[in-house]
Amino acid sequence: MDWHQGDLVIDSIRGQNLLTLNDLSRHALVEVLDTAESFVEVNRRAIKKVPALKGRVVASLFFEESTRTRLSFETAAKRLSADVLSLAVASSSVKKGESLRDTIATIDALGIDAVVLRHQSSGAALQVSRYVPHVRVINAGDGLHQHPTQGLLDAFTVRQVLSERAGISGQESGAALFQGLRVLIVGDIRHSRVARSDIAAYSTLGCEVRVAAPGTLLPADIENWPVQVVEDYDEALEWADVVALLRLQRERGSGSFVPSLGEFTQTFGLTLGRARRLRPTTIVMHPGPMNRGVEIDSRVADMACTVIERQVTNGVPIRMAVLYLTVAGSSGGVS
Amino acid sequence: MSSFVLRAGLVVGPATSQVADVLLVDGRITGVGVDLDAPKGCHVIDASGCWVGPGFVDLHTHLREPGREEAETIESGALAGAVGGYTALMAMPNTEPALDNVALVSYVLDRGARTPLDIAVAGAITQGRRGESLAPMAEMAELGVRLFSDDGTGVQDPSLMRRALTYARPLGVRLAQHCEDELLAAGGSMNEGAVSGRLGLVGRPRLAEELMVQRDIELVALTGGSVHFMHLSTARSLDLVHQAQRRGLPITFEIAPHHFTLDETYCEQFDPIFKVHPPLRAKSDVDALCEALRTGGVDAVATDHAPHAPELKDLPFDEAPPGMLGLEYAASLTFEALGDAPDPHLFFSVLSREPARIAQLRHDDVRVRHSGHGGALTQGEDANLVVFDPHATWTAHNEDLHSHAMNSPYDGRALSGRVRATVAKGVLVVNDGDLV
Repeated sequence: MDWHQGDLVIDSIRGQNLLTLNDLSRHALVEVLDTAESFVEVNRRAIKKVPALKGRVVASLFFEESTRTRLSFETAAKRLSADVLSLAVASSSVKKGESLRDTIATIDALGIDAVVLRHQSSGAALQVSRYVPHVRVINAGDGLHQHPTQGLLDAFTVRQVLSERAGISGQESGAALFQGLRVLIVGDIRHSRVARSDIAAYSTLGCEVRVAAPGTLLPADIENWPVQVVEDYDEALEWADVVALLRLQRERGSGSFVPSLGEFTQTFGLTLGRARRLRPTTIVMHPGPMNRGVEIDSRVADMACTVIERQVTNGVPIRMAVLYLTVAGSSGGVS
Repeated sequence: MSSFVLRAGLVVGPATSQVADVLLVDGRITGVGVDLDAPKGCHVIDASGCWVGPGFVDLHTHLREPGREEAETIESGALAGAVGGYTALMAMPNTEPALDNVALVSYVLDRGARTPLDIAVAGAITQGRRGESLAPMAEMAELGVRLFSDDGTGVQDPSLMRRALTYARPLGVRLAQHCEDELLAAGGSMNEGAVSGRLGLVGRPRLAEELMVQRDIELVALTGGSVHFMHLSTARSLDLVHQAQRRGLPITFEIAPHHFTLDETYCEQFDPIFKVHPPLRAKSDVDALCEALRTGGVDAVATDHAPHAPELKDLPFDEAPPGMLGLEYAASLTFEALGDAPDPHLFFSVLSREPARIAQLRHDDVRVRHSGHGGALTQGEDANLVVFDPHATWTAHNEDLHSHAMNSPYDGRALSGRVRATVAKGVLVVNDGDLV
């Protein structure tokens, strides 16, 4: 089934909002990856800063607790010389007695160019984009719906590893290294916005995506998704070029979808025993924060095949690219 | 009271129709015929080209008073209803506090009596609509309450529902059920299906509705009580009820305009205006509902008119309250759904005559205080009529709404067929499509 919402397909996020990866074309995705690659170099400099967004104001508005995503976005904005307004909104809008529209109007009144929004409700970023059409909205995770920059940085990390092995630059490789790449996504697909963004990115880029999970942690309509459900997890581990583990969303009640964490680990955790089935070239990923001992054995997490730290590192150039493309639009260049 | 004549409309009776005049004097129909002599000073309303029929009866209106007057009042809801061609509304009991006792029911009846329409009240089945213990149904029935409901949600406990049906049966009242098993609906906010999975919204499965329909059909068979199923939304629900009706069980049902005009894809933009319980379903369900409506397989169309203050519809989709406005466009949407050659008898059957029968508001029902509705348009009946122009085309605009609230999903939609005039309790309330 077509995952693109309606007929709208965005061919570049320049000057656009970034709300979901479902409506991005392959070109739009590759453009972000290529832009991020040029920012990797900036992050290796002694002085890690470019003036691309000098004088622009980026508000980071987190309705849901987050350490790494928030830090990553704010670091990215600062390295682009943007001013960052950081607002923590711990409680839900209902508890505060303020509507989402009023909250965003208050922030907007301070004068902002972009808002990075994390919210516990699916669709919140899209709703906010309707309230402030003159502000660029970047979805930093909305409920169970999407986490676009995570999907982008995951794809970026995969391309980086594969292009290094091939001895070419990522930009030279374009989307070629994704063609037919075997990606296995494991765990709490149902409650995972990372899974939804990853699946959109990988399938649009040309990968073959399979998922492995207990039946209860698959969405009810999985047959409509551009993935195949694996019947034998252990076999699938041998098949995969990339194994992407998901965090079991215990805070979303996922614990009650499996009899126990122990049983989940037994059946779908990447245990030391299972890790031996992986081919030496297989890339193991996890969006963090990890539940060590649940979805991944602690020793496996620290093995050479994992790129978990690299994912965190790549978060900054990806978010720099996203901020740069959406906020600066087509004007100006990377310097 | 004044006298007036509805001139040269197609007067739609239960079985036949004829072009005729309808003379209304002092709140009653005093004559139906061709070229009637209008008494001196009689107000003449040209109904030529229009359908003249009994005023519409809405079995499912949330008037929000007491408790949520910022969204709607009994007065504003009645005026919106009049514009929509309604002459009687059934006020739902999920106010704050819930209408679960004689004092609160009396309050709404008294406020309703001051509006141009007849406002009937559905009393709560259980105290506080909490689904724990029975509300004083016999006392409320004494006041004239003929329909009871915990709408907003259904009665979840099957044992309590059985008890309510058994208790209600000798009272001659009917229980109106919102069919959704809330445990199976799991706090979801849209239909479970292809769209919900992609959007990351928790889904309310069709089965949550169908299981309760099936359960209550069997409870009706067991107890002999009567049930009216509210806003059925799936093809399977309709099949189940049709089977039960063929068994001769005392079961009726309604469908709501939003369920036969809008499908789940309207939720794609996460606009809480389209959030409603039961949720907007798949295209195949919408088609099944339309088909049933066209072929006479639907008892009643009811609006589930559910006003909400704007700030509540500016919440995230999963936090926003369910429900949308319905009174002002229901007749046009029903007319459109009846197809290319809409049958006027069917139109007045689903919007007026059957709802009036279900609500026990007909001319020959034992009524404590309201006038008679859903009539055959014969001499002597109470003057509750509507003039509907089947040739009109117009556009819905939220700024034209008469409700206090603005949560209509039809803003900007082109409509065909329009209420021209409403005569309620003998008074011309709406003329030329707007309040007099």
